[in-house]
Order: sequence, then structure tokens, then C-alpha cells
Amino acid sequence: MSDSITVTINGQEIQAQPGQLLIDVADDHGIEIPRFCYHKKLSVVANCRMCLVEIERAPKPMPACATQVADGMVVNTRSSMAIAAQKSTMEFLLINHPLDCPICDQGGECELQDVAMGFGEGISQYSEQKRVVMDKNIGPLIATDFTRCIHCTRCVRFGDEIAGLPELGLTGRGENVEIGTYIEKAISSEMSGNVIDICPVGALTAKPSRYTARPWELTQHPSVAAHDCIGSNIYIHTRGKRVIRVVPRENESINETWISDRDRFSYTAINHESRIESPMMRVKGKLEAIDWETAIDSAVKKLSAAAKKDANQMAALISPQATLEEHFLMQKLMRGLGSNNIDHRLNQVDFSKQRQSAVMPWLGRSLESVESLDACLVVAGNLRLEQPILSHRIRKAVIHNGAKVSSLCHIGGQSNYPVHEELIGSAEQLLSDLGGVAVALAELTGADLTSHLSKLLDGTSPRKEHISIAKSLSAGKNSATIVGIQALNSPYLSLIQEFCEMIASLSNSTLGYLSPSANSAGACLAGSLPHRQVAGRSVADVGQNTAQMMDSKHDVLMSFGFNPTLDIHNGLQYQQLVKNNEYVIAINTYHNQFIEDKADLVLPLAGFAETSGTFVNVEGLWQSFNVCVKASGESRQGWKILTALGQLLLPDEFDYADSVTVRNELKEICRDLELNNLCGVRSSVVKLPVKSRSIQKISVAPVYASDDLARLSTPLQATPTMKQQSALVMNRVQAEKLDLADADQIQVRQKLGTAVLPLRLSDDIPAGCVYTPSGIEAVKNLANAYGAVELEIVS
Amino acid sequence: MAIETKSNIDILSSHTRKEIDRWVRRFPSDQKRSAVLSALTAAQHQNQGYLTTELMDAVAEYLGLAPIHVYEVASFYSMYETKPVARNHVAICTNISCMLMGSDQIVEHVENKLGIKIGESTTDGRIYLKCEEECLAACTGGPMMQVNHVYYENLTPDKVDEILDGLN
Repeated sequence: MSDSITVTINGQEIQAQPGQLLIDVADDHGIEIPRFCYHKKLSVVANCRMCLVEIERAPKPMPACATQVADGMVVNTRSSMAIAAQKSTMEFLLINHPLDCPICDQGGECELQDVAMGFGEGISQYSEQKRVVMDKNIGPLIATDFTRCIHCTRCVRFGDEIAGLPELGLTGRGENVEIGTYIEKAISSEMSGNVIDICPVGALTAKPSRYTARPWELTQHPSVAAHDCIGSNIYIHTRGKRVIRVVPRENESINETWISDRDRFSYTAINHESRIESPMMRVKGKLEAIDWETAIDSAVKKLSAAAKKDANQMAALISPQATLEEHFLMQKLMRGLGSNNIDHRLNQVDFSKQRQSAVMPWLGRSLESVESLDACLVVAGNLRLEQPILSHRIRKAVIHNGAKVSSLCHIGGQSNYPVHEELIGSAEQLLSDLGGVAVALAELTGADLTSHLSKLLDGTSPRKEHISIAKSLSAGKNSATIVGIQALNSPYLSLIQEFCEMIASLSNSTLGYLSPSANSAGACLAGSLPHRQVAGRSVADVGQNTAQMMDSKHDVLMSFGFNPTLDIHNGLQYQQLVKNNEYVIAINTYHNQFIEDKADLVLPLAGFAETSGTFVNVEGLWQSFNVCVKASGESRQGWKILTALGQLLLPDEFDYADSVTVRNELKEICRDLELNNLCGVRSSVVKLPVKSRSIQKISVAPVYASDDLARLSTPLQATPTMKQQSALVMNRVQAEKLDLADADQIQVRQKLGTAVLPLRLSDDIPAGCVYTPSGIEAVKNLANAYGAVELEIVS
Repeated sequence: MAIETKSNIDILSSHTRKEIDRWVRRFPSDQKRSAVLSALTAAQHQNQGYLTTELMDAVAEYLGLAPIHVYEVASFYSMYETKPVARNHVAICTNISCMLMGSDQIVEHVENKLGIKIGESTTDGRIYLKCEEECLAACTGGPMMQVNHVYYENLTPDKVDEILDGLN
């Protein structure tokens, strides 16, 4: 940092850095300057003129947001010149603003109200007619009242600069200027909801919570978002028993001031009609409501009988979205009863090298440090939709740091920043691209590949794109290789891990793994794994992983917190699950097909905002949260249900009065755990798989089909993103070759299952492949993410 | 994944494209956005004097811009018409110098003659009375009007009749 300079604001001498903006210096020292268009995360435009201040020797008031401080500068924010300027600006901005504060959602938390009160005049000279601007429909998430707009253009700059997707604009001129999309169009950015927060007036408000509460009636609870592995900080706003809305909680090291639309709007599913309101038991083939005492009693009887008979005939599947405490207690219960059959990896296919894999796969660096990357390789992930906040950090690295970010993936055109190289292909093609990059790096650095990889890649000559990626990675002084969540569904996971370890070590970049859900990392730490206990401690006799569980018969199966029909992306496995289990105890928040068809005992589980607990994010950060609202009906918090079962089944071992005690016990065990992603995984693959000649399916769960909470959110389901991702997509050349290009609906057949989906065309799908969604009702009969499919037109 | 949508590029005539290319060449290669004004002018020309959403989309696609960036420009400048209008654009200057020289009477005469108000087009699609936004910088010849790209000065009702009748 260069030497600091001295400026005087309102008689107070302040040290500042040259180049700092006057408004930032004033903010840092608690000197209030009113503003509308200025936002610390957006570019400076100085178009609202609200921040005018007097600067000595300047002939007219100057905008503090666009004035850099200089040594010896004397500023007065409250002089008569400054006050007159601020009053005039305020009067001007209010000329066309309607006096509808009493019915405006922003009323009470409105910057325009606050600044008008603080800096405006009580009267207006304007007596003519105010203008009216027609409201636009810009989708299911954001409500518009454009008559209230003061044209600060924060939302427009947000689209250009943060979302990377310019959709809102300033059209017209003079008195006719208005914010809008010009044509009727739903905003499609995955971070679009943030414009609601940055809008200083009530022009953009949240549609799902419109007209439901006034800001001063709300209670604010700090919490953590429940979807991606980033763990964005949020505030949950409640009134009485209801969650009214979710807004970002500023945390510069995680989500800055933003959150994704999924984190913001998924709360709308909390009171979905499919909530389970009371415990239920199957009597004569039908589920009937019972009381908690009977329910716990039956569960205990069944579990203790099963444990006595053969503990290995018991199994538990738990959602990676469950809290750390729930994972810990569930595995403690299962292991206490003598079974290691517990898993949270619902869609993993390749478990062959699970024992060599990292105890807790993590990002390998802090989220904040991603911004300073100069090179990055993203493998098998669509960060923009899957982890929007991480993608935003990478975007910053690209735009401000000139980072060269390349991508090896199945589907192209997903990034909101310019990519250095993007190679798309099937699961097999991905391996050959990884191999190409590894060979290129070995040639570039003169280092050797491991003997296994050099055998595997014998005769591989890298393409020019591979060399270009290798060059960018090894030239980078601060580079990262990041493995996305689509890799977890690949039948070649261990080989992807091996390749990425090689690439990371040859290019001297950090290796990061993203995890599929809010607490996948916590699940690993807590020991929700068949081969590891808490904190990665090994087990004597490895239990069944998800895939093995599906194929094995059990006397009792416990399913916790997920929807097997949709969250297990494999219709065949799901049918096995239904067939192979004698007695099913479902601990769940929402009703679903599996519970309807198969559950013998149902325990209602408190959901998002209704439970206390901890999520561990992809950086390994433990973030705890409290109960915000009382759980719906007779639902109980997961840790309470499991503790109740534990106390009866394993007395003395489940002495927990609250979730904090559980967490502290676990924290103590994990104290010395060091995270490491470089584990020396050696895949057992001896020959690179050849590309199949049949059409290959590549499936990804649409962003709003990641879990029940997102799936049951009506506004999220109505977004254009969801609609787009719920189709069958292939490239035009492929479609024409198969004579399908004109089809509306296509039937796709994979093994024994079929699904009918609308057809869309996109050049971003590789040749020889079709994209289908997973995790939605329409595709529940299809087998796993990858594999050969047959297509035919539905007439 | 960008879902394929109908491409609009085809609706730009080869002359329009040549014109856009000529302008694009004048700017640095990474600043194609600079050519948006000229591109819109060319596109409006090929479509009898007004722009459609499809034409603006085509321009956006051709220059590699987000469509909203083109809509913003087209809706800002008064030289662009974003609704269908008649083929001859007539703008009578009503700014201060012309007003002092009697432009109000000229406007009244023309409105009566054509049976339309400022901002409207004749039903035969022949004349569009454009709302003139600012001084057209021909104060020495007031009252004046602009017909398509030509200035006519020192107007009288008879002279205006002659000019308007001569339009096809």
C-alpha cells in the first residue's frame, strides 16, 4: 500500500489511501452520505446525484461516489451548499415517485424513505401530474412496480457486472426512460433475486412474499443456506410461525452480499401440502396416523429385534442435506446396534477406491482465495448453476485478474465468464481429455506420469486444446483444479480422481472437490459412511455402500431426510430398494411415493428453518444455526428423534440435551483432523474405456431438482432455467442424423426404463450424447446418469 | 447450455450486412458494440424506416451483443422508430427560432392537410409526422422541416404542400 493521505471531512481529519472514493472513506468513519446509485459491489455511475457534497475550492457540489480523495482535501457533507444540493436532488427524485408507501413491500426498509426523511424537504414544488410506468412481468421470482423506480440502474449494473447476464436495461429517454427487459421476458439468471435487495426503492420486490408482511413485523434469524456446498450465510425472516422470506447475510469470506435464487426462494416449500404432519404406521396396507410414543416404541422394538437377529441385515440411508448432528447420531445409532451399513452418497456409482479417497473432500483452498487465481481447470461441473457463489468468485478472477479458466465437462456454454478452453464430451471422452491434459503437462514439465497412468495413456498424444490447458495451468502461479459434482455420478470416479491428482501435482495447482449438497462434507466428518467412522477413523468391517445396499436384502431400512424416488437417480436401483427391504422406517419431512408404497413407520422430521444444527461447507467451515420457526404439525427435529431412539436402544450413550452438545462432542473428535485431497488414489481401470457407438446419456439434476426443498418450491419450478433443464437436449447435427430434429416429444429408453421428454436442440451438447435431467418425476424410471439409450419419436 | 432459438440473422439484407461490416472495421476488433448505431440505421433503412424486435435481435446477434443492449440504444435515440410508421419521415422543427418564424402555423396546416396529428402516420403509409425532439440546427432558414434526410427551409404553406405532394 502506498502512503496514506489526510483528508478532512466535516472538520474531522481522516487518514485514507490515495485512489479511495470519498464515499468509501466517509463510510469507513461513520460519516453518513446519502446515496442511491452507489453500491460498493457495483461500478460507479454517479447518476442519482444524491451524494453531492461540498469540496473546498470546487466551484460546485461534487458526487462523493465518483470523487477520489486527495491529500489535503477538505470536504463538508453538511454545509449549506451540500444540504441545498441534497435537498434539490431529493425533491427531483420524488417528483414522479408515487405516495404508495402504505401498500409498498419496501415500506419500512426503503432507502428512498430513509433518505427522504433524513435529507429531504417536507414539501415539493411539483404540482403537475406524475408519470405512470406499466409494470412488467419478469418471471416468477421478482415483482415489479416501475412507477416507483428512480433509475439508479443498480439492477442493470448487477446484470452486466455480477450475474454476467445482461437482461434488464434502461430503455427510452428523458421522461420516458424506464427499466425493463423491453420484450416480455422472464429473468433467467440464477442469482436474479439479488436485484430485490439492491433496489433502493420498491420497484423490484420479492414476488413469493409480496403483500404478506411488513418489515417491522419480521423477526430476523441468522442461518445457513441448505443447498449447495458453499454454505451461504442467510437471514431467515419470520412472522409468528411462518417464514416470510430469506435474504443474504453479509459475509465477505463466503457469499459477500449475494445469495443464489435457490437459497433465497426454496423456503417457499417449507409448508408444502405434502408435509408429513404426524407419525404414521402401516396398518393393513394403509398408513394411519399414530402418536409419537407408539411410533418411537415400534421403531425401538423393530430395531432392537433386527439388531439381535443380524445387525448386518439393517441399513440406513441419510440425505447429505441432513445436519452434522443428525449424521453423527444416525451413524452412532447404527454402529451402536452393530451395523456399518450407512451411507449418504445417494448417487455415487464407483465406490471401488472409497478407502483411498479423502476423508473429507474439500475445495483445497478458501473461497476468497479463488478470486486471486490466475488459472483454473474445472472438471465435470457446471458451477454457474450448481455453486453460483463459487462461479461468481471465478468470474471475478477472470474479469479482474485475467485468469485463464478452462472446463472439461459434458455440457458446454454454461459459464458466465469467458472460458480459455472448453471441451465437452461423454463420460468416456472426459477421461480421454483428462488424459490428454495429463500427458501434455508431463511433456511440458519433463516430469513422469505414475506408472499406472503412463501405461494407461501409452500412445496418447495430446490435442492442441490439451496443450493449451496444460500451458495455462503450469504457467499460473496460483492455479487450481476443481472437480465438480457431476464426477460423483461417473462410473469412472476413481480414475477421474487419479487424473486430477496427477494434473494438480504436475501443474502445481491446488486440487479441490465440490460436494453435492449443503452438508456432504459434514456427512463425511460425522462418519455417515460404511467404511469410515467419525473423523475418518477406519472400521474393522466395512459396511454396505449405497449401491450394495440397493442390491441386498434387509430386515430394516431407515431412510432419513430425502425422497428415494427422485433423489436416487436410478429407477432400477429404486425398484430394488422397494423390493429388498422387509421393514422401512422413513424419517422424512415430506410425503413421497416411496413412503406411500413402502414405508411401514413414518416419523415426521422438522425441515429447513425448523431445526438447529450445523453444516460444514466445502472449505471445511463449521456453521451452526438455530431453530427459526416451530416445526409444522407434530414434526420433530432430527437430532431429537435420533436421540430418543438412541436413549432407548443404547442407554447411557445418547445423553444429549441439545444439538450443541452433539456438535461439541464431534468437534472434539475432529480437532486434529487435517484435510487433504491428494491421497494417491490408484484406479483399478487397466485400459481407457472406448467410446461407445450407441447414443450416450448424460444426466444432470436440474438446479431446482437438487432436493425436496427446491423441488417443492412453486416459484423456482416456474423459472425458465427449470423449464430449459427439464427437456431432452441434443445437438442439431445429431438430431438430424437420427431424423428427430422436428420431433416435439421423445421417448428415451435406458435398460428397462423409459421416459418421455420434450426435445430441445443445443450446440452445447456433444455429438453422440443426449442430455436428460435427473431428479424429476418424468425420468424416475431411467437408470443411472450415464449409459446407452435408445430414442424414438412420440407421435 | 444455450438452447437453440431461431436465428434472426437471415433477415438482415446483404446490403445491411455490408454496411455493418464497413462500420465494424472502423473500430478496434474487440469493440464491435461501437457499431450498433450504424447497424441500427442500416437495419431501419432496409425496413421502410422502422425497426422491429426481430431486426434488433438480428443486429444483436450479428454484433455479438445482448439484445437488451440493442433495445436500449434503439429506444433512446429519436432517429430510430421502434413501431411501424409510414415510409416518408417528416419532422417540422418547432424549436424556438422556428416557432418565432411561425412553425406553429406550418404544423397546423400540415396536420389539417394530412388529417393526422404529430406522431401519427397517414393510413396510406405515405407520410409519418415525426415528433421533432430538438432544434435541427437550421435556425437561419426557419421555419424549416426535415423530410427523410433532406432539409427544407423558409417554409410557407404552399411550399409545404408542394414538398409533401411530391412524396411518393
